[in-house]
Amino acid sequence: MTDTEESSTGQNPDEHGRVELSAVLLSDEFVASDTPASPLVAEYALWLGDDALVLAQRLGDWITRAPELEEDVALANIALDLLGHARSLLRYAGSASGRTEDDLAYWRDEGDFRSAHLFEQPNGDFAHTIVRQFAASHYLYVLYDRLRASTDPVLAGVAAKAVKEVDYHRDHADQWMLRLALGTDESRRRTLLALEDIWPYVDELFSDDSAPIAGADASEPLFDALEGIAVRPSTLREPFDADIAPVLAEAGLEPPTAFHAAGGGRRGRHSEHLAPLLAELQVLARQHPGASW
Amino acid sequence: MVTHHADAARAWSAAAAVVDPEVPVLTIDDLGVLREVTVGDDGVEVVITPTYSGCPAMDAIREDVVRALTSAGFSEVRVRLTLSPAWTTDWISAAGRTALKEYGIAPPSAAGPVSLRLSVKCPHCGSLDTREVAHFGSTSCKALFVCRACGEPFDHFKAL
Repeated sequence: MTDTEESSTGQNPDEHGRVELSAVLLSDEFVASDTPASPLVAEYALWLGDDALVLAQRLGDWITRAPELEEDVALANIALDLLGHARSLLRYAGSASGRTEDDLAYWRDEGDFRSAHLFEQPNGDFAHTIVRQFAASHYLYVLYDRLRASTDPVLAGVAAKAVKEVDYHRDHADQWMLRLALGTDESRRRTLLALEDIWPYVDELFSDDSAPIAGADASEPLFDALEGIAVRPSTLREPFDADIAPVLAEAGLEPPTAFHAAGGGRRGRHSEHLAPLLAELQVLARQHPGASW
Repeated sequence: MVTHHADAARAWSAAAAVVDPEVPVLTIDDLGVLREVTVGDDGVEVVITPTYSGCPAMDAIREDVVRALTSAGFSEVRVRLTLSPAWTTDWISAAGRTALKEYGIAPPSAAGPVSLRLSVKCPHCGSLDTREVAHFGSTSCKALFVCRACGEPFDHFKAL
């Protein structure tokens, strides 16, 4: 926030380093809805859209670096699906404030992102990425499976599409969890370590806590106000645990319970990992506004 | 003056002839990506739906649809994307399935995703003795297979 304010008032010697938002023309891109989202629905769409966007960006890093060519392709495909979800959701979120999906992806700062910490966790070794995928795709599956019944037609439409794609992501993660956990001593050692590192971030996914939302009644919790529209995160814990249990049992793994990370992503408080990710995601759009290729 | 009704049929044919840039033997009509074409006083509106949420071919398809309708004499062409009802491989027509097979891509089964794995028939030699090499293939909608009988690798348009 402060960076943007300073750079817009100060003199910057780099002609590309200073950007006037009003001068940027961004195309109207993805799935349209005639009805703009309310501020509360927009907040929820931002949660889901940011989760998908941040994870897509992380997974894209594996392209040309995965353990085998097929994994390059698989992780890129998964990232592409997630990017598709992010585009629809951010577009819908932006409709509440007259912003486009690109405005939201490229021109928001770290504190405005609502993604949970799980998604911004570094790729680590392949086991870390797979454990993160395992948690993420099972969570997204149980979430979208229920969001299909939303009374909001845009959220229901995105969910109905996404759930089928995430089903493939879930299967991909399950197969790798089994292969890594039951593979060699080294692959099992790394999987156990990854589980210790990643699992503390799982709890945040099921927290109903939200930031105060401008223009909304602060005394009413977000998920009370969005009853029937959003899926209350705390209700997903049980189906999530049930969904992962058979895979963990077959893999001979126990989810660690030693400690839980503080969370705070839904309030815009992030770990040290998000800012560098956003810098890479946003640099081109900010240095060359309106660039296309 | 031509009526809107005749125009609508002509507009549909023009849009329906656009092919998928990644599977150029399939028209967007065969693929089930083309949902609606309406002609009104203010121009033509075409509704398309993505096969996968992040399918990058949508931008190319959108441009091709505008180009096809413009060459057919229409102006003010708008292309709108919709997600509902969600596309599934059931939207691929019988002609589309045949075209896929002839092109060397194993068409999807009609049943949707099945946990009990059914054999995918090799589009080259017809053998059922095939195996999946990777769940994800050259585009979002395909998986990579190899035939144990003839040894050829092939893409399978996976069921969704």
